[in-house]
Amino acid sequence: MTATIPESQQLAYIAAKAADSRINLELETEGMTLNIGPQHPATHGTLRLIAKLDGEQVVSCEPSPGYMHRGYEKLTEVRTYPQVTTLVNRIDWLGSFANEVPFILAAEKLMGIEAPPRAQWIRTILFELSRLANITLFLGDLGAQMGGVTAVFYAFRDREHVLNQIESVTGGRFHPNFDRIGGLKDDLPKGWIADTKKTMDKIRDFCDEIETLLIGNEIFQTRARGIGVIPPEVALSYGLSGANLRGSGVDLDLRRDDPPPGMPYDKLDWKVWTHPDGDCFSRTWVRLQEVRESTKIIDQLLDSIPSGPIMAKVPRIIKVPEGEAYVQTENPLGAMGYYVVSKGDLVPFRVKIRSASFNNVSIVPWVTRGVYVPDVITILATLYFILGDIDR
Amino acid sequence: MTSLLTLADITPAYWQSTLIRVLLLGVIVPTGAAITAIAFLFKVMAWMQSRTGPMEAGLLKKTTVIDGERVTAHSGRGELQLVAEVGKWLQKEDLVPDGADRFAFKAAPFIVLGSTFLFFAAIPAGPGPAVAAMLPGGIFFILAVSSLSVIGVLMAGWGSNNKYALMGGLRAAGQLIAYELPMVLAVVGVVVLTGSLNLNDIVEAQANFKVGPIPIPFLILQLPLFLVFLTAAQAELTQSPFDMPVAESELVAGYQVEYSGFRFLTFFLAEFATAFGFAALISTMFLGGWYLPIGIDPSSAVWYALGPIVLLAKILLVSFLIFWIRFTYPRFREDQLQKLAWKYLIPLSLVWIVFTAVMVVVR
Repeated sequence: MTATIPESQQLAYIAAKAADSRINLELETEGMTLNIGPQHPATHGTLRLIAKLDGEQVVSCEPSPGYMHRGYEKLTEVRTYPQVTTLVNRIDWLGSFANEVPFILAAEKLMGIEAPPRAQWIRTILFELSRLANITLFLGDLGAQMGGVTAVFYAFRDREHVLNQIESVTGGRFHPNFDRIGGLKDDLPKGWIADTKKTMDKIRDFCDEIETLLIGNEIFQTRARGIGVIPPEVALSYGLSGANLRGSGVDLDLRRDDPPPGMPYDKLDWKVWTHPDGDCFSRTWVRLQEVRESTKIIDQLLDSIPSGPIMAKVPRIIKVPEGEAYVQTENPLGAMGYYVVSKGDLVPFRVKIRSASFNNVSIVPWVTRGVYVPDVITILATLYFILGDIDR
Repeated sequence: MTSLLTLADITPAYWQSTLIRVLLLGVIVPTGAAITAIAFLFKVMAWMQSRTGPMEAGLLKKTTVIDGERVTAHSGRGELQLVAEVGKWLQKEDLVPDGADRFAFKAAPFIVLGSTFLFFAAIPAGPGPAVAAMLPGGIFFILAVSSLSVIGVLMAGWGSNNKYALMGGLRAAGQLIAYELPMVLAVVGVVVLTGSLNLNDIVEAQANFKVGPIPIPFLILQLPLFLVFLTAAQAELTQSPFDMPVAESELVAGYQVEYSGFRFLTFFLAEFATAFGFAALISTMFLGGWYLPIGIDPSSAVWYALGPIVLLAKILLVSFLIFWIRFTYPRFREDQLQKLAWKYLIPLSLVWIVFTAVMVVVR
């Protein structure tokens, strides 16, 4: 078993033990166990961190999730395929449309159908819009975690434009439940394309604003640079994904490298940003660039949107043929995948949800050794998890 | 004019004047806190953060004319929001946590508030006797009592029997001690220029320090020390970017975490009254205090009436600066804060003091 653990992790464990024994010896001081959470402003919900402190310094810090477990994997087994999207909306509640997409794609893969081009385009636009809704709030919330509360209000203000666009298509602000096997529920409303283009301009302005207000700020930089450094090999070994991985310098984006069937990313001109530092700042910066790229993607998709039906020919009662399929997409928080096993019934036999935040948070014990308490908050904020995405 | 002069000529008995001064102080401190809270916490913060501030509670109903018809709004403009908030807090139960050091826990807010009251005592609002306590070493007294609040904060942190509160209290202690020093050093430059520790002398020195016909406030002569003092005041007030003792995203609410009801209200009152007080101190030391160069001699009795208004205007200006910084910057880390104090602020103020002293001798 020991052979499979990477050396850096072993060293980390030894260092943690050494730090543990150091308490009581040097100054005869006593360590303190601080429960950060389950109810704490920095944990976005009910994550609990069991932190052992030596003064302000963290000796070890272990996340203890499960306070909001809702059993979605089990619940999908008693829902028909179209009903599942209602559930999985609630996994990453800030970018909820993005949760529906990989499941629908997996079901489509099993059934051997593909959505018509117009539906693919609109699906991708909504997918990117939910990324914007999610990450704009991250950029603001980071300010709140670091003490600059103003940013969070700006983020809420400008996220509202994105939510309005999502609402005018789907009817739901947070839980659209709009994706269907074989297409979408409805077509776009009139005038939506022009409105969305204006919204993209607003989001680009928001990016500039947040860059001057928060990310370019000297205090922010001293707080974020060099803190919580994750080397690329460690990031890969912990299964990080999304901006956390790209912030460590690993050039991997599933939209480009493993494009899911029926998402036209290969037809667009966009760039995957990486940052070599691997610290809190680089993760933030990568997300900021991701938002900018995302607005570009949406603009291009809006320009090239094809006409045609939005629904493929699917039977009225959906029975998915026997088989297994795994589809993962690059969601706002990272790689999200659904492993769907079907026995040919109305309901899935088993659904395994691979959500990004669960893996992203697993690195917390490794990355928080020896940092100060405020840095724990910074690291947590830049690792960026949604609690629903951890606990499901 | 004559009535003002006769008012100044009355010499009340010692106990009478003391009583008046104490009562005035009892009015000024809550009023100052209320002004800063309403103006800056409710309205300026709302504008800066692009959100709607309080605009319901109140009696000043807005009337607009729509299609030639006068329409009166159902609610006010939020001017009574503070009354509503205070009323809410007063209704709440006064909780003392299990295992708390009851005396320390209960006394702590009043020590913090007490230091604020003493703080205001030495700030002059006009010439001569228009100050609650005429102290020859006024500024020395203010710096001394402003650090008393640390004891209250430490008591709150220790007495709450809460780990977050303890960390908040200790952070506050470390921070306030580190920033006492640059604050005192920033005062030294002004004192060197004036040759007196009395705040009224400092105001008069600024009124008489003229380049040509225009009096120059110490803000221009002592700009580096003004910035040092402003930074140190921000740290003493535990306001962002130095709000680690109450850092709500890290320590929930720091040393205030276990307080509820009127004890929390007391902390709140003290926080805003101290902000008001530090703004008053900064305007007295660097902006010319109650004096305004409008051609009236500083010893004139007009300043008894005009002085408080001028001082209030300057206080609001400085408070705006303080709160502007508070609403803009993210928070430092505790060790970075110490580094800033010891590595930058203290050497800078020492160098500037030497420079000022040399200039005074040369002149």
